[in-house]
Amino acid sequence: MLDRREMLKRVGSGLAALGAATSFDPIKAFALDSVTLPFDNGERPLVKYPQKRPMIGLTSRPPQLETPFAIFNDGAITPNNAFFVRYHLADIPLSIDPGIFTLEIKGSVERPLKLSLKDIRKLPAVEITAVNQCSGNSRGFFSPRVAGGQLGHGAMGNARWRGVPLKTVLDKAGVKASAKQVTFNGLDGPVSDKTPDFVKALDIDHARDGEVMLAYGMNGDDLPVLNGFPLRLVVPGYYGTYWVKHLNEITVIDSVFDGYWMKTAYRIPDNDCNCVDPGTAPKATIPINRFTVRSFITNVTDGAKLKAGTTTLKGIAFDGGKGIKEVAVSIDGGKTWMPAKLGKDLGKYSFREWKLPVKLAAGPHEIKVRATNNAGVAQPMEALWNPAGYLRNVVETVRVTAT
Amino acid sequence: MKNMMHALITATAVTVGSGLVTLHAKPVTYVLPDETAAFKPGPGVEVAQNNCTACHSADYIQTQPRGAKFKKDFWQAEVTKMIKVYGAPIDDGDASKIVDYLTATY
Repeated sequence: MLDRREMLKRVGSGLAALGAATSFDPIKAFALDSVTLPFDNGERPLVKYPQKRPMIGLTSRPPQLETPFAIFNDGAITPNNAFFVRYHLADIPLSIDPGIFTLEIKGSVERPLKLSLKDIRKLPAVEITAVNQCSGNSRGFFSPRVAGGQLGHGAMGNARWRGVPLKTVLDKAGVKASAKQVTFNGLDGPVSDKTPDFVKALDIDHARDGEVMLAYGMNGDDLPVLNGFPLRLVVPGYYGTYWVKHLNEITVIDSVFDGYWMKTAYRIPDNDCNCVDPGTAPKATIPINRFTVRSFITNVTDGAKLKAGTTTLKGIAFDGGKGIKEVAVSIDGGKTWMPAKLGKDLGKYSFREWKLPVKLAAGPHEIKVRATNNAGVAQPMEALWNPAGYLRNVVETVRVTAT
Repeated sequence: MKNMMHALITATAVTVGSGLVTLHAKPVTYVLPDETAAFKPGPGVEVAQNNCTACHSADYIQTQPRGAKFKKDFWQAEVTKMIKVYGAPIDDGDASKIVDYLTATY
C-alpha cells in the first residue's frame, strides 16, 4: 500500500506544479486493491488516476474506469472524481493547452468557424443535468455472455453540464439547406492510421434541437481530463457513445455519415424491442440512440444481512428523456408492488432519487425495483438480449436476509 | 485583424476580471499510471505481446468472458476483427499463433 508520507509528498509536489501549469501526475502507478464484480471473471483492480478517486479499472490503455456502485447512494449527482471513463482508442491527449485549443466548425456551412475556448465561454451559457451512460453498461450481466467491455453497473453518471447549445454555434456558422448530419471528432485518436478514428454523427435536426450542448463545465468545475477536457459534446438522453470528448472538429455533411463507429459499431436490432433471441443475429440494425428505462437500489447490496423490521430502501431511476413517472418496489420477488416516493426532480434527463420504507419479516427476501417513464414504458421483468450487449435494463433484484 | 484586436482586448479584460479563467488558460498535462495487467504466460505469449500491445493493454483480453463458448472460434473472430476492422498489421502466421495462445491460455 501507499505509505502516507509518500502520498503527502506527492500531493505537495503536485500543488507546487500548479504555479506554472496544471499537472496531473499519478499518485502511485499501481492497483490499490481489487474488487469482484458479481459475474464470472469479474475481478478488477481498484486503480488511482489523477483527478479521480479509486475507480474500478476495466482497461489501462486506453483507460476505461467504472464508478464503484456505492457512490450512487451518495446523491443524484455523480462527483467528477468518481465519474466513469471510457475511451476507444489509445492515442489520448495528455497535454492540452486551453489557451490554444480551437473548435472548428466546417463542411456544409456558410461561414466556417474556428472558435477558441474563450470565444465559446463568451457565448450565452446554459446548464442541464443529464445522465451519461455507456451503451455497454452492465454488459457483464448478459446471459449468454457477449464480447466487449465486461462492465458492472458503474459505467453511468449524472452531472450538471454547463456550456453552449450546439445550435448557437451551428447558427453562427450558418448551416446550408442541403445538410443532413453533423459529425463530431475529438483530440483522441487511433495508434495506427489504419484504425478508424472515433467519429460520431447526429441528424441535423437533433444537432439543432437546442439541447445538445458543447460543455466545458461539469458540476461547477472544468471537465476532468479523462472526461473530455476542455470541451465535450453532451447529448441528453442518448448513450455516451455520442458524447464525444476533447471535441475539436464539427463537420456538417450533406449525407448520412458512413464511418465505422456509426455504420458498423454501436448498432442495435431494428425492431420494437431492439432485441433478438439470445445467441441469434438481428436481420437489420440501426444506430443506438436513447437510453432504456432503468432503476437501481443503491443502499442495499445483494446478499446483505439486514435487521428484521422497518428498513428504508433508496435508489435512483432514469430514462432517455421522458422523465420518470413511477418507481415501484417489491419485497416478495415481484408478486406485489409498492410505489416509492420520488425525490427532487432535477430535470427529465437526470437521475431521479427514490425511497421507500419497507417492513422486512425475518427470513430471505427478493427485493426488486421497477421504473416507468412518462411515456408509460416500464422496465422488462426478463432481460432482453442483443449481440453487442447494449441497452441492459431488466428489473434489478437484490436478495437479502433479515434476522 | 480588427477582429483579432477585439479578441485580444476582451481576453485581457477577462483575465484581469477572473483568476479562474487565468488558471483555465494554463496548459494541462496528465500522466497516466502504469498498466495493471500483463499477458498470462503460455506458449505464444511473445507473439501476442508483440502484436496486441501496440494498440491496447492486456486487460482487454483478460476480462473477456470464459467458458466453452469463448474458445477458438471466439478468439479467431476477435483477432480477425483486429486485423480487418482495426487494421492491425498482423501476418497470417502470427495471427494463428495468437489465436492458439488465447484459446489455450484464457
